[in-house]
Amino acid sequence: MSLHRNRVGDQPWVRRTLIGLAMLLTAIFLVIPVVVIFTQALSAGWSTLAGNIMDEYTLHAIGLTLFVALLTVPLNLIFGTALAWSVTRFKFPGRKLLITLIDIPFAVSPVVAGLLYLLLYGRNGWLGGWLSTHDIQLMFAWPGIVMVTVFVTCPFVARELIPLMQQQGSEEEEAGVVLGASGWRIFRKITLPNIKWALIYGVILTNARAVGEFGAVSVVSGNVRGQTNTLPLHVELLYQDYNIVGAFASASLLAAIAILTLVAKAFVEWRQAKSEHSAPETRGV
Amino acid sequence: MSITIQNINKTFGKFQALNNVSLDIPEGKLTALLGPSGSGKTTLLRIIAGLESSDAGKILFGGEDVSHLHVRNRNIGFVFQHYALFRHLTVAQNIAFGLESLPRKERPSKQDIAQRVDKLLEMIQLPQLADRYPSQLSGGQKQRVALARALATQPRILLLDEPFGALDAKVRKDLRRWLRALHDEYHFTSIFVTHDQEEALELSDQVVVMSQGKVEQVDSPAQLYARPDSRFVFDFLGHVNVLSGVVKSQKLVQGDAWVSLPGTRGDQEAQLYLRPHEVQLSRSPSTHARLPLRIQSISLIGSEVRLELAPEGWESSELWETGMSHGEFAQQNPTRGELWYAVPSVGHLFEANSHQPRTVDWNFQDAANASSM
Amino acid sequence: MSVSAQTSVAPVRRFSGRSKRVLPGFGLSLGISLFFVSLVLLLPLTGLVVETSGMTWDQFVFTITDPRVIESYKVTAWTALAASLFNGVFGLLLAWVLVRYEFPGKRLIDAVVDLPFALPTAVAGITLATLFAQNGWYGQWLDKLGVEVAFTPIGIVVAMAFTSIPFVVRTVQPVLEELSPADEEAAVSLGASDGRVFRKVIFPSLWPALVTGVALSFTRSLGEFGAIIFIAGNTPYVSEVTSLMIFIRLQEYDYAAASAIASMVLLVSLILLFAINVWQSRFLRRLEGR
Repeated sequence: MSLHRNRVGDQPWVRRTLIGLAMLLTAIFLVIPVVVIFTQALSAGWSTLAGNIMDEYTLHAIGLTLFVALLTVPLNLIFGTALAWSVTRFKFPGRKLLITLIDIPFAVSPVVAGLLYLLLYGRNGWLGGWLSTHDIQLMFAWPGIVMVTVFVTCPFVARELIPLMQQQGSEEEEAGVVLGASGWRIFRKITLPNIKWALIYGVILTNARAVGEFGAVSVVSGNVRGQTNTLPLHVELLYQDYNIVGAFASASLLAAIAILTLVAKAFVEWRQAKSEHSAPETRGV
Repeated sequence: MSITIQNINKTFGKFQALNNVSLDIPEGKLTALLGPSGSGKTTLLRIIAGLESSDAGKILFGGEDVSHLHVRNRNIGFVFQHYALFRHLTVAQNIAFGLESLPRKERPSKQDIAQRVDKLLEMIQLPQLADRYPSQLSGGQKQRVALARALATQPRILLLDEPFGALDAKVRKDLRRWLRALHDEYHFTSIFVTHDQEEALELSDQVVVMSQGKVEQVDSPAQLYARPDSRFVFDFLGHVNVLSGVVKSQKLVQGDAWVSLPGTRGDQEAQLYLRPHEVQLSRSPSTHARLPLRIQSISLIGSEVRLELAPEGWESSELWETGMSHGEFAQQNPTRGELWYAVPSVGHLFEANSHQPRTVDWNFQDAANASSM
Repeated sequence: MSVSAQTSVAPVRRFSGRSKRVLPGFGLSLGISLFFVSLVLLLPLTGLVVETSGMTWDQFVFTITDPRVIESYKVTAWTALAASLFNGVFGLLLAWVLVRYEFPGKRLIDAVVDLPFALPTAVAGITLATLFAQNGWYGQWLDKLGVEVAFTPIGIVVAMAFTSIPFVVRTVQPVLEELSPADEEAAVSLGASDGRVFRKVIFPSLWPALVTGVALSFTRSLGEFGAIIFIAGNTPYVSEVTSLMIFIRLQEYDYAAASAIASMVLLVSLILLFAINVWQSRFLRRLEGR
């Protein structure tokens, strides 16, 4: 890099100014906010933090949040993989449209997403009427939370896989077919090892969003403490109750998950880059 | 196992990749599909394999119609252009893949598979690389592994898509020789796709020349080079010297150049095609041809001296080329910039509107003229 | 080319040819995809259609042109625009620094850029609200300068900018990485100043990606909810965003009104999505979307 003396912005004063500015802004906008979350959570001491987290309602919110993520992630894993396989391994009419459609959740406001589900499955919705006569309640209950979370997070896995699988092409799979392997064997032995890291990356992103979704969930949850309160909703409730320290205690858990996500993401990116350049392991000479 | 290809058609959108192709591939022979890119040769190979389906036509293996058989059940070996080795499996695992994919009843035991793999590794002369991953191999090694993988299930037919396309010249030559030796030992029916005429002529028993989705000519390498059927095959196989002009009173004329063509009729356009070895150089014009050429360059490397010549007083879209032995060269001592005359011995005449060439042999004609006089 | 003989055969056989796919799993994978897309993405849209179709045209227009709602459109639009423009500058700076320079802490910055995607919006909301509150770490300094951020539209801009900064960085970064040094060196060696080279050589290949990043950032900001409601103060006619208007109508159990406003928001976001897709396929090879 330092050899490119002739590139724009290589003069020391430009360099230093830009780096300094970037660091300052990153600190103000991204780093200090994270620090604040933890200092606020700890402002009344470790024992208060522990107490806040061990609170009955907080524990329930943690449980519900994990439960939602546990259902959402596998569903979107299956969907994302199936979609990526169909659009990268086959040509069919409507393929481009399908790829565009999965971007909808990225563009739609979470509140609108929640509303869509509420209108359809809520008591006054056109499916909701039928559901309530059969005593099935989806909205303002955990199934509704899972449904909107699936909606909001469904592009992540597919979006990670599609470019990678397109770039890898299908020659290896074709070789597998020529050698007589069954579909499942081809997927497990050839495709899966090739997309493993992208898949994990997609899962990490899906999980982060599933745990943290607020807007869509708050529309369909009904915010019943100890019943339909996920961790982000719990943060809001405590904050509205002016229990700032309590709110930040829960927020610190979510922030910890976010930081873990970033670490895992960096690790996966590193592995992905590595597996693209060399073999998984080097043995022998 | 012989392969019969009957009236195969294939279009991709509006592009006609194959246009009513019919072909017989003899059993136990090594056949080359030769053609420029876009000629449909790879598409044909993939249709034979079952990796692509044709719009119309039939493929028969040993007389049995396999057109509707899935690639999985055709029992062919296929070597992909970029090898398509499974990057997350070792060399040994790659080679064993086909055997392990067999239905349980037909699958050999673990030991048998290991033994077969060892044997194949011996065959490709890479036993020490069993535990490497594909990314740790050189291009030539990858190619050998791909071949061993394709042969592991003992296929009836081996298909190779541009098998040496991605290798450098030296490795390519070695592998070619090795593949030929392997083929002579095992005698499977093989077809390989290539755009390299030298490779096709050197390696195969039979060459299928393709152009724009059609078969141009099917012949043995020697026949193909000596008696091309069309302008296309001529141009595509090696260098060719062309004199295009007008036939007037039994002579093909262009500018200061002419070649006598006994037996040709009146005013028409025609092209005379001459291989470099069908032309000798002389310091004066001969009785049957006057082709003045100025020497542009002389290349001494190789078993023959190669000369490039520019037409003098007439025109040709490409430089002419001919060779002479080193002995002759020492004797005649041609130098760059000198004016010489080309004397053709045998030529191939394309008359206007005729697709096929007519061979002209001046040695024979000179002799005939002499005796009649 | 002779077309005579085979034209009669080809169309008949074509179908049997097409149905034979070499790789397995077409039916299964496409089946799952279509089922999922229909059930999760498309079916819910019908609810909105049913709800709004129950309104008369006058009701619909009345609802979406309510002065308080109109004001929310304005606030949302200009704050989203301000936030995405700010991100255009800040994001370009970050991408530039991350691609062009080596310095201690670079990897940390690279990782932290994605924080807004990883951090739940509600957490971002309460954190920014706390930081910018009058007694907060930032608020007390800004207060001395006479600038109020929390509980004003500026707070909305801050929240929007925070949640959507990664879009610009991650869109511009790959393009910047692929710029060839040779063009620049050529220009510099011809005696052009840095500013001129940036304007004439670098920016022309950069701006399609920058526009995409800013557009993605804008789209995301229009729909943002969680981070905003804590810092905006939510004063009617002043600092209410449209997402919040929908939410308020819902809490009033006025589903029809909520749907009417939502249909406008949905329409705008789908148009933006479509436009960005067309723009991307025209100017950029492929982007990692998230």
